[in-house]
Amino acid sequence: MSRLTDAALPPGNPVTSGTAPQHTPAHSADASRLARRSRAQTKVRWELLRNLVRKDLKVKYKGSSLGFAWSLANPLLILVVYTFVFQIVLKSQVPRFGIYLMSGLLIWNAFSGSVSAACGSVVANANLVKKVRFPLAVLPLSAVGFAAVHFLLQLLVLFVVILILGYSLLGPELLLLVPAGAVALTFTIALSLLVSSLNVRYRDTSHLLDVALLAWFWVNPMVYAFGLIQDRLHEWTWVYLLNPMAVVVVSFQRAIYDPPPGNRAGPTTVLADMGYRFYLEHLAIAGFISLVLLWVGLHVFRTMQADFAEDL
Amino acid sequence: MARHSSAYQRGSAFPPSGRRSPSPQPEPARDATDSPTHPEAGSGAYPGVTDPLSYPGAGDPATFPDAASPRAYPTAADPAAYPAAAGSPHPGAARSPAYPGISEPSMDHPNAAGGPAYPSVAAPNQPGRFGAADAVGPAGVAPGAPAVIRAAGISKRFVSGRNRATSLKERFVRRGGPAGDDFWALRDIDATIGRGQTVGLAGANGSGKSTLLKVLAGILRPTSGDVEVHGRIASLLELGAGFNGELSGRDNVYLNASLLGLSKREIDRLFDSIVDFAELRHKIDDDVKHYSSGQYVRLGFAVAVHVDPDVLLVDEVLAVGDEAFQRKCLAKIAEFRAQGRTILFVTHSLDLIESMCDRVLVLESGSLIFDGQPAVGTKLLRQKLGSLPAEGPVDWQYATVRPQSVSFSPEPGGLSMVQYDPGQRLTVSVELDVTEGAPENIYLHTYIVGQSEVPIWMMETPAGGFVLGPGRHTVDFSVPHLPELLGAFAIKVHVSDAATGAPVTTRRFDELFGVTGPQADGLLKVDYEARLRA
Repeated sequence: MSRLTDAALPPGNPVTSGTAPQHTPAHSADASRLARRSRAQTKVRWELLRNLVRKDLKVKYKGSSLGFAWSLANPLLILVVYTFVFQIVLKSQVPRFGIYLMSGLLIWNAFSGSVSAACGSVVANANLVKKVRFPLAVLPLSAVGFAAVHFLLQLLVLFVVILILGYSLLGPELLLLVPAGAVALTFTIALSLLVSSLNVRYRDTSHLLDVALLAWFWVNPMVYAFGLIQDRLHEWTWVYLLNPMAVVVVSFQRAIYDPPPGNRAGPTTVLADMGYRFYLEHLAIAGFISLVLLWVGLHVFRTMQADFAEDL
Repeated sequence: MARHSSAYQRGSAFPPSGRRSPSPQPEPARDATDSPTHPEAGSGAYPGVTDPLSYPGAGDPATFPDAASPRAYPTAADPAAYPAAAGSPHPGAARSPAYPGISEPSMDHPNAAGGPAYPSVAAPNQPGRFGAADAVGPAGVAPGAPAVIRAAGISKRFVSGRNRATSLKERFVRRGGPAGDDFWALRDIDATIGRGQTVGLAGANGSGKSTLLKVLAGILRPTSGDVEVHGRIASLLELGAGFNGELSGRDNVYLNASLLGLSKREIDRLFDSIVDFAELRHKIDDDVKHYSSGQYVRLGFAVAVHVDPDVLLVDEVLAVGDEAFQRKCLAKIAEFRAQGRTILFVTHSLDLIESMCDRVLVLESGSLIFDGQPAVGTKLLRQKLGSLPAEGPVDWQYATVRPQSVSFSPEPGGLSMVQYDPGQRLTVSVELDVTEGAPENIYLHTYIVGQSEVPIWMMETPAGGFVLGPGRHTVDFSVPHLPELLGAFAIKVHVSDAATGAPVTTRRFDELFGVTGPQADGLLKVDYEARLRA
């Protein structure tokens, strides 16, 4: 037999098929199958993402008897404490302050929780990144997914509380949650990808992010009424609304919070606007900013991920 | 999100910007003259004789006239030393891509078909390459055996930690620091791994084997060059790397296999088999943190080998675990071989390479110095690692300075002849093939050896040696008057580094020259008188 013939034999030739018939089909497959299997190790798959989120949830609630209840109790506790402090001690003029606060705070917490968890996600999985070929973007994305699951459950709890307290919730304004949620998700993913990749090489990114999030918290109208900003900034309010999270927060408030008659609490308005156009316009701008940031985040992540194994 | 991973994803397709630069040194016509069967230049005096009789007994008075005659000098070569080329009588044929029939396919090792199973050897135009690389055609994979990994001109530079900004502050405050001592872990490596090969990566510590493995696996990005990976890769780089101690064995199996690219349905199908292989059925629902290290490794191994990988990467994994587990690993790897899967294997165990691999890549300081049959590669390695003391520093064929041939003539560059009279002028010309990486100053000791390898005299280069660049060089040692010592003599050349005195290689040539006189017997021509005492 000539060497050429020998070399040209497909791997599934009789010599091998005799030893492992069950694997022969796997190896007589063509290049497209190889390519598909290769892609499965380099492309983000929903299933993998879901498994990772499930793992995070499982690890987090393992060994705690109340399990999930803890993370649901948390926003309730905040609601009670803040209502007490702001409404009774500080005499905030925003009625039903707890609901007002929670309608903005939940999405903010989801955002900041995602971004700060994503920031350390690649570094925390260093041994995996250095040893295994898998789509690295699942690491920050699963952090986002984890926070998103919590957010949805907490939102559900908030709805239940609102309904129990007998406030008005259901209405067409609830539909604002869809575009606002989409913008929030885009913006969160964008920033998560960006900081997670930067943090691999520049480890002080996470410290910087902590400080930034702390300051950022206060430039969203969550513990104060948006009207206060309008009163101070007047025609410059648009600068304040360049922050996509501020737009997301006011949209969530419009969707969930039932304002007092006339939308006024003392001298200031509570909600930014009582219509929809204002929100949709600003969500469009915030969505555009988020998409630009997403492009930047993806670009940075793709560029830097090839060196993750080296930088860790 | 879904499409973001296609173009930039590690391992799939790297931007072509980092194309390798062309090899700086065009290949000298080395491969032709390298061939042992090719008549040496100036060997016209030995017309293609294959008489195995050569040197032994040359000093014997009874035989030396014969030995000194021009017909008994075969340009002998050790076929074992040229396994790649040995099968091909014509140097040209060795380069033909068509691999004329040499070896029979082996029934028990379907992948052990010798040369053609790995026709993917690196481009031959690389200095410092030899061995099988000379015997195969251009890089590529034979039709019908698709490449699972294709690497072209990959180099990997590690930037020294001091010279790389490690914080945002540094990044923006100190821009463009001084160029530091970057470390090239890999230099210009071409390797195509065909489906079904078991390839060993070998070399001394720090030679770049593990880096190469990671680059081929698509885990590390090469600084320049392209790597394509086709198919599913599972690594035994670190068993259980993806395990989370807080989760049960079951959850970890699912998670780990999911990371390696399997769907839940596929994992469901494999799950029982994985658990049985790991022998952990009784503990599979316990948290992994309660596993012993052995159980942990076993589960990791079980997952890695069950995910139906197209390429299995093994990095010194057999250093862990007890003997029984090691045997199991080896058995599994052997089973993979039999199934025609591709295995990439990093190990220090040369025995393992010889027994498991059908191709070996030998690395030295980041360069691929050998790509071919394990038997040859391990021999080379043993020489490099100094565990073959009998054969001197490095076998001449693998040395950076290779004494290619010797010839004898009265005048330098003159017509070569092998028979001399005492008192005649003799020039011994040593042809050297100097490759990249050779010492700057090369020092030669040329011994004229007689019967029983007795050195008769020695000739050296001047102090400081010669400065020889890469390429072919000829050094002439001229003896104005041959001593009156009769016999047939051979040449032994020692090459060393003139600066350090470190030996490079030694070659004993089989070519002989003879010194004959009117009295054909005895060793010395001595003036004497014969007189009858009265």
